[in-house]
Order: sequence, then C-alpha cells, then structure tokens
Amino acid sequence: MDLFIGQLFTGLSTGSILLLAALGLSLTFGQMGVINMAHGEFIMAGCYTAYVTQQVVGDAGVSLLIALPIGFLVGGIMGWVLEALLIRHLYHRPLDTLLVTFGVGLVLQQVARDVFGAPAVNVTVPEFLRGGVDLLGTTVPKTRLFIMGLAIVAVTAVTLVLRFTPAGRRIRAVVGNRDLAETAGISSRTVDAGTFFIGSGLAGVAGVALTLIGSTSPTTGQSYLVDAFLVVVAGGLGRIKGAVVAAIALGTFQAVFETYSTASLAKVGVFVVIVVFLQLRPQGLFTLRTRSLA
Amino acid sequence: MRNFFATRLGTWTGFAAAALVLFGLAPLVLSGFRLGLLAQFTCYAIVAVGIGLAWGRGGMLTLGQGVFFGMGAYLMAMHLKMADAEFRNGPGAVPDFMELAGIRELPAYWAPFSSPVFTIAAILVLPTAFAVVLGLAVFKRRVKGAYFAILSQALAGAFAILLIGQQSLGGFNGLSRFRYFFGYNLDDPVNQQMLYFIAAGVLLVVVAIALQLRRSRYGELLVAVRDAEERVRFLGYDAANIKVVAYATAALFASVAGAIFVPVVGIISPASIGIVPSIMFILGVAIGGRASLVGPVVGALAVAWAQTALSEQFPSAWTYAQGLLFILVIALLPGGIASVAALTKRFQRTPAPVEAAA
Repeated sequence: MDLFIGQLFTGLSTGSILLLAALGLSLTFGQMGVINMAHGEFIMAGCYTAYVTQQVVGDAGVSLLIALPIGFLVGGIMGWVLEALLIRHLYHRPLDTLLVTFGVGLVLQQVARDVFGAPAVNVTVPEFLRGGVDLLGTTVPKTRLFIMGLAIVAVTAVTLVLRFTPAGRRIRAVVGNRDLAETAGISSRTVDAGTFFIGSGLAGVAGVALTLIGSTSPTTGQSYLVDAFLVVVAGGLGRIKGAVVAAIALGTFQAVFETYSTASLAKVGVFVVIVVFLQLRPQGLFTLRTRSLA
Repeated sequence: MRNFFATRLGTWTGFAAAALVLFGLAPLVLSGFRLGLLAQFTCYAIVAVGIGLAWGRGGMLTLGQGVFFGMGAYLMAMHLKMADAEFRNGPGAVPDFMELAGIRELPAYWAPFSSPVFTIAAILVLPTAFAVVLGLAVFKRRVKGAYFAILSQALAGAFAILLIGQQSLGGFNGLSRFRYFFGYNLDDPVNQQMLYFIAAGVLLVVVAIALQLRRSRYGELLVAVRDAEERVRFLGYDAANIKVVAYATAALFASVAGAIFVPVVGIISPASIGIVPSIMFILGVAIGGRASLVGPVVGALAVAWAQTALSEQFPSAWTYAQGLLFILVIALLPGGIASVAALTKRFQRTPAPVEAAA
C-alpha cells in the first residue's frame, strides 16, 4: 500500500512536470496548430531567468517568487517576437514551421552556451521548500508539492482565462473557425500573437519551476520538449483537459514502469503505448469536432 | 530545348559523369584521409536520398531517420565485433568491450551475427520490416503531418535512450575499434579506398532506385498523396500503402548507409543517432532541394563538408550557421538550391517547368 501511494505521488509529480512543460504547447500547437520546436528553449530561458534573478536578488525564497512572473514575461516576449518575425509568415506550412523553429532553438541554445557556458548551473532551493512532508505514510519532497501546486494554478488560470475573459472568448472563436471569427470582427492576427505570448510565457514559468528539481544547462529544454509534444498529441489537439489527463497518465505510467524495469525501457514503453493508443483514438483523448477533411 | 537530363540519354550521361567524378577524379585528387571523409559524407548522402523520397516527394517529414541509420550501423558493428573476437580467441569468444564491462557469456542475440550472410540480410530486412510495421500502424490510422513528425522524433529519442541502457551494446560509448571488415584489415589504406568505392557505388544505386521510383506511376501517386491525399483516396487508392513504400525505402537506404558508415568511421554510439543527429539529416536535404533528385545528395555532402571544415575551428559560429541555415532556407527558399534555376526563369517571365515546382 505504501509502495502504491509512493508511486502514485511520483507519477503525479512527474505528470505535473510534464503538464507544466506541455501546457504552453497545448495552446500554441493545440489551439493554433503551430509546432514550435523552440518551446524547449523558452523553458530553458525560464531556467536561466531563475538563475539570473537569484544571482541579482540573493535570497532564494524572494527570488523564486520574483522569477515566476519575470520568467513568464521573458518566455512570452521571446514567443511574441518569434511569432511576429517568422511563424506568422508560415501558418500555411506547419511542417516547415517545425524545422524553422528548430533552427531558432539551435541558435538560442548556442546563445545560452556563449553567455552562461556549457556546464550546468544550479539554483539554490529556498529554505521553505527543503525537506519533505509526510503524506499518507510516504515522504514527499516539498519541491515536488510546489510544482504540483504550480501546475494546478497554471491550468486553472488558463482555463479561467479561456472561458471567462473577452480575450479567451476570442481565442476560442479563432480556434473554432478562423474565417467566421474574422467576419465577426475579431482580428485573428492579434489573437494569434496573444495566444503565442501566453503559451510561450507558460514555458518560461515551467522553466523557473524546473530549476527546483534539476540543474540548468543550454540543452535543458530539449529534454522536456519531446515528452511535452507527446502529451499534447495523446491528449488531443486544442484541449487543455486532454493535456491534463494525458500528462498525469503518462507520468504515472512512466513512474510505475520505471519501478519494475529501467528508466530507459520506460521511455520506450511510453512511445509504444502512445502508438498503440493512437490506433484506438487517432485524434487523441479529447477531440475538437470539426468537419474539416484534413 | 527540353530539359536534357529528363531524357534517357541525359540520364545515362548524368550517371556516367557522376561515376567519373566519384570513381575517377576523387581518388586521384584526394588524399587517403580526405577520401575517408568523403566516404563518410557519402553515407549521409545516401540517407538524404531516402529523406528526399519520403519528405520531398511523399510529404512525410521523418525526423527519425537516425533510428534506421543506427539499426544498420549497430547490426554491422555487432558483426565486426564478433569477427574480431573470433579472430583473436576462437569461436564463441566475447568481444573486448564486453570483457571490460564484465560480461563473460555472449548474449544469445549476438550469436547469429558471427555469420556475414545473416548480418547483411538483417541489415537489409530488419529496419525495412520495422518501418513497414510502424508505417502501417501510423498511416493506416491516418496519423499524418505534424503528428507523424513528432512520433518519428520521439522514436529517435526512445531508440537512443534504449541503446544507452544496453551494456551488451556498449551503452553510452557505443561500439568502436574494429580491425577487420569481412576479413580485410581496416588499417590498410587500400581497403579504406575500397570502402569508399563501396559507398560511392551504393550512392549511385540508391539514386538510380529513387529515379526509377520517381518516373514510375508509383512516383506520380506519391506526389499526388503529398499534395491531395483525400483526392487520391476518393479515386480508390489506399494512400497508406503508397506512403509505407516510400517510408520503408527511406528506412532501407538509411540502414545501408549506417552499415557502411561503421567500417568507414570506426565508431557508432547513441550520440550519433538520437534526436539532434536525426534532424540534422534533414538540413542537407532542405538546402539542396527536398523535391529534387540530386539536390539532397549535393546538400548533404555540402553540409557535412562545412561541418567538418568549420565545426572544429569555430564550434560556436557553426552552430549559429546551422540554426540560421534552417531558418533562412526553409522560410525563404523552401525548394532549396534546386529551385533557384526555376526561380530565375520565373523572373524572366517564361513559364517554369512543372518538374521543378517544389
């Protein structure tokens, strides 16, 4: 029983890390159909934001709280610039967007390498997040609980924004039917830029949070990116709730699989599960019903 | 005059010229070391021809060619390791790296690879069969476009991680230090030159196969599936089967390239087949022209050459250059260098040939 609860928590925490990394993607890839390979580098930028903030501020606790909004802005602005300069001109060529943004990611990685050096840097975990909490007979690290909490806050915030604000209504309208939304007087260009800003900002927030559980190097973002994409694919395009369920399911699966075999086999297992799953539901868990043939 | 290289005579002229350069000119002007490099680049070019077929003609962006390249490479490396061990210590001997890792018993799946025939058959069949199974699973369910690209990329990642975990395949370090290639000493410059000739010969064969596929009815169908998959389906064809053929052919090419790569370079490790190397295969194809026949070959050779020339002296600048090439070529010149001629013709207000449209 203890083992089961322990695994459940590991799964939930792996899942919430995946979810934080994938939430921004489910906006940009899921809602807009743009495959942004530089999303991982936005996460990496968030990590370095946390690092720099800590160097400047000094106190670990204060700097973490400051770094979260700054990380959102850093990621968001990078995404906004990328959308305006490149992605906007490639909306009708999704596969080419993938390769172009991969190039952007390469450049950003090298910038990080030139500025911060190739070796990994570490961010000090604040005093109030050190150690663990006893929960239902197992010890859970506080940092993991913090990340779970942050994932819940982020998902709630995105859902509320999409559902109840005028901006969110416009985003949903453009996702539902771009032409009709434009006819109704919505500037789809502004909406695209805004969606990209929020999605990339979430990557920055994820990056700040990830410094609590690992060190930061120029290739940090890349290691999360593929898993994050798989979450969005399995969850179904355009569905936040799909991303949530898929992230937790994949995280739990990976955690359980790892206990009975090795971490490397777990990765392969996840891949096999997703291919098999797409046999059953090619459109992912939750689908947005459209009449398009594509 | 119509495009000369589209005629039968032109085709033979093109192949003869290429053969003359590869077999006659290159060994004359290049030193042994540079010829070895060219052999390595030729392996990348063979992969590129496959990607040109699957991506340029079929519209399937395969970001996981490293998997098939790695399969061919590891299968060949296993045979070379076995042969070396048997040469030193007799039949059933354990390869040297396993001794270092403390593995005393030869793993059962290694045993058949002491046979050269089995190895070559495995290099040709295993990756192709894997591609067919995976392709059927994916394309029959109409998973395509971005989904397919991401799946293929995840496959490359999973494959590299799987290999790192396998101590009986050398783990993170991979397999290296091969002495003999089917009985020929690899330290002998003559045999190194022979390897180059094999690589060049395979490149010509692969280009010929790709050309035949392009000019056949199948090639027309493949392009049709790329441009309007639904319409092809409404006409009664099974689009998935058409895609699987191109995907499996690309996998076969990549596997053969990997198998030649191993004796030429002398090492194969997970680092050279993961996500990033897989996507790097794409760069040359994009620069040369994804939809053209010769473009991917030229692009792959050029990128590999530039990487060797620049990356050691200016590692930082080369990474920037790679990134910028991806951005500029794909955003501004999606047809690659091969489309430049067509672009200038359009500029002169004469109708561009249909063949060159990307």
